[in-house]
Amino acid sequence: VLNRRCVEAAVMTGLALNCRINKKSLFDRKHYFYADLPAGYQITQQRLPIAVNGSLAYSVCVGKKPSRVITKTVRIKQIQLEQDSGKSLHDELRSQTLIDLNRAGVGLLEVVLEPDMSCGEEAATAVRELQLILQALGTSRANMAEGQLRVDANVSVHHPGEPLGVRTEVKNLNSAKFLAKAIDSEIERQIHELENGREILNETRSFDYKLGCTMPMRDKEGKQDYRFMPEPNLPPLLLYDTESLPPGADPQQVINIDWIRERLPELPSETRERLIQQYGILPEHSFALLNEVGLLEFFQNVIKETRAEPKKVTSWVLNIFLGFLKQQNLAVNESPVTPSALAELLNLLDRKAISSTAAKQVFEELWRSEGKTPSQIVSEKQLELMQDQEALERACHTVMEGHPQVVMDVKRGNPRAINKLIGLVRKATLSRADPTAIKEILERKLSP
Amino acid sequence: MTSRTERRGVSAALKQGQITPTELCQKCLSLIKKTKFLNAYITVSEEVALKQAEESEKRYKKGRSLGDLDGIPIAVKDNFSTSGIETTCASNMLKGYVPPYNATVVQKLLDQGAVLMGKTNLDEFAMGSGSTDGAFGPVKNPWSYSKQYREKRKQKPHGEKEDSDWLITGGSSGGSAAAVAAFTCFAALGSDTGGSTRNPAAHCGVVGFKPSYGLVSRHGLIPLVNSMDVPGILTRCVDDAAIVLGMLAGHDPKDSTTIQDPVKPFTLPTLTDVSKLCIGIPKEYLAPELSGEVRSFWSKAANLFESEGAKVIEVSLPHTSYSIVCYHVLCTSEVASNMARFDGLEYGHRCDINVSTEAMYAATRREGFNDVVRGRILAGNFFLLKENYENYFIKAQKVRRLIANDFVKVFNSGVDVLLTPTTLRGAAPYLEFIKEDNRTRSAEDDIFTQAVNMAGLPAVSVPVALSNLGLPIGLQFIGRAFCDQQLLKIAKWFEKQVQFPVIQLQELMDDGSSISEIEKLASVSLKH
Repeated sequence: VLNRRCVEAAVMTGLALNCRINKKSLFDRKHYFYADLPAGYQITQQRLPIAVNGSLAYSVCVGKKPSRVITKTVRIKQIQLEQDSGKSLHDELRSQTLIDLNRAGVGLLEVVLEPDMSCGEEAATAVRELQLILQALGTSRANMAEGQLRVDANVSVHHPGEPLGVRTEVKNLNSAKFLAKAIDSEIERQIHELENGREILNETRSFDYKLGCTMPMRDKEGKQDYRFMPEPNLPPLLLYDTESLPPGADPQQVINIDWIRERLPELPSETRERLIQQYGILPEHSFALLNEVGLLEFFQNVIKETRAEPKKVTSWVLNIFLGFLKQQNLAVNESPVTPSALAELLNLLDRKAISSTAAKQVFEELWRSEGKTPSQIVSEKQLELMQDQEALERACHTVMEGHPQVVMDVKRGNPRAINKLIGLVRKATLSRADPTAIKEILERKLSP
Repeated sequence: MTSRTERRGVSAALKQGQITPTELCQKCLSLIKKTKFLNAYITVSEEVALKQAEESEKRYKKGRSLGDLDGIPIAVKDNFSTSGIETTCASNMLKGYVPPYNATVVQKLLDQGAVLMGKTNLDEFAMGSGSTDGAFGPVKNPWSYSKQYREKRKQKPHGEKEDSDWLITGGSSGGSAAAVAAFTCFAALGSDTGGSTRNPAAHCGVVGFKPSYGLVSRHGLIPLVNSMDVPGILTRCVDDAAIVLGMLAGHDPKDSTTIQDPVKPFTLPTLTDVSKLCIGIPKEYLAPELSGEVRSFWSKAANLFESEGAKVIEVSLPHTSYSIVCYHVLCTSEVASNMARFDGLEYGHRCDINVSTEAMYAATRREGFNDVVRGRILAGNFFLLKENYENYFIKAQKVRRLIANDFVKVFNSGVDVLLTPTTLRGAAPYLEFIKEDNRTRSAEDDIFTQAVNMAGLPAVSVPVALSNLGLPIGLQFIGRAFCDQQLLKIAKWFEKQVQFPVIQLQELMDDGSSISEIEKLASVSLKH
């Protein structure tokens, strides 16, 4: 019996990947004997899958700051619905295999990409983009480590202008990073083989994490005849659009493609565009915000509660916040600093209640000790910026008086000398003065 | 001799308290024991049956019976899953297998209060036309022991030789047919893929009904050919078959091949005037192997309709001759696929070999399946190979479409039902039957029945008369898709006209008086 949610997920994914949704698709049986396949066949869509001819756009960043963003596309050959098999757990020690059938029969979506990518990084980036799309759609959490997204790579090499070479299939990849590594190492291996006069076998290989390269898989034999046969228990799957929907059709029994299309959530590419337009942030920042699970939401929550400029928020979130997370290997949802806390901190900074150096200190403290608000930390550590303009003027004056040599340097045009003065004033004010304000006062005083 | 015109519905009897469900159950159980030599049952679910009967009795006492089937003993072919009761498909592969759920049709019967007497014998995995190739031995046709047959054969009195020429029941639902014919239950479920319900019905002198494909759920029926299988109904009269159909038909969300429309139970109206009917006689069904007797009955039946005012015309189903080959290709292909799940890992038989998974599969399947099953799997896999798929499977599908269209054309030209023989001749003696292999026999015996499965149409075999040997002969009516009621209506009229005699089994029973009582009771239908 067909699961409605699976069909909806397939249609959503197909639409998000610009595919043509086949209004009629068929189910087939693919026969082979394997311990984790209890029926002796897998139901799949070999003849006529649910969606075909789509595309997936992904962006590669070239160069460092300022990085250029290039958009590449990989064509989607098809998306098909099929059944999952059980799971085999090999127990080498006792020469036995344990079979877990709990997931046998569960619906899967297989997305087949065309061989349009040329290196590990492209593939990894494309896969990451696919993950984001699936997550945005809600059709899968697409976590590779947990097997929610399984990726197999088909790799071949050829000379420019010649047809594609013999391909090998690489399996057992549980992260985008290893996907890239596996592909690159397989490319290297194939080139090496060919250059040494040998041939590439059309085989299945497994990625060995320890060795960092691919090895032939023992289990899979050569070519198998899967004896495809139409699945007699599942009639052809018919989908409708608003035009072709039969009148009086029971909404429980039919799927309307247009209805689904209208309700598609915002896709990552659209989100990135929107962020750039809405907040005026740079494309590479927009990227970075989407690249971490939960980061965008965090960012948006901070924006909601702060008056600080988006660019400032972006900088804090991407550099400082993300930096702390990465250092301690935490996920966004494990962060000890809440969006509200960061928002409050940025507000203090914005109205110049504290300096940016002080702000960083506060942040560190927030990270370490939960429960305290930024304001509390500021008052505890006495990090408030000097608000007293006159006192600041006096401090500047004092420093200038005390360091005539430096003043001379400034007057002589040494651009770095003023920084020394600023530093001295800051020291004198126990870092409680805003460097920008200091600089402004000094410059005023120093100008003829 | 009790004739069919003397009706005293057993349902009415139960409602009026003339007999209790427990008494009825016990009588049937006792009959089962007495007819054990027929080998109609693989499993007799005595405890379960008595418990169900007890519950039915409680309901009747409260005046809250569930309907016409409440308290009525039924039997189920052993290829339907029954929760908690061993389901073997007459194969070593599933010996000892106890399903955790009921097939939808079984559940529906139980929900109506029916009392399950047991699981009936069949050809292994429903492959065969004799009910002779199962792991639990062949089923014997009750008519082998009938007065009618024995008299005609001028038999010597009881001796061991007497039993050596017993007759087959036909197949593959032979156990169900025999169970109904021997009065051990009032209705039985069979399955029909190429004639497996109609064939044994004809040989055992009972009504065998094959519903339209998609009308009755296949969920829980261990599949042979998914695109042709249907649950079949075996009863002693057409009215009873209609009652059971009313309980079973309708959409099942667990079977995506059932039609969406809900179906309500119905009372079969009595047809009195056949003058508006058009009966079609397919000329291609006049096979040279058809026995003279059957041909004569067929002819007489056609004349009967004509004499009562119906229009009887000859029609043509031009692709009939390709039917059996086409059926063979498609049937074996699906069988090969459906049998792939029996690998010894999760349930059923498992061999002792531990060397490798492959070796284990091979030995398990060799030990678990008989030759017939293995032969069909091999043939099916051959047809499904990449290099053969186009030439065999696809071609056969195309031919199937042509065959189905033959029927559509005929029905569109104004024909209401087709009238054909069900089998070539009466039941054969077992020793005769086994002279040819299963495949040959199936090809011969399915000749009139399998095209119906390919086209998904409803059909029913109605016992007509006894042959010169004193054995039942049945004729088949084929109806339009989803016009099952109409088909049964016509069959009921015909049944009334021919007045097929009741089987006389008294001789075999030692216990004289109670037998005639049972017989009298058991030979009637469920309702008036």
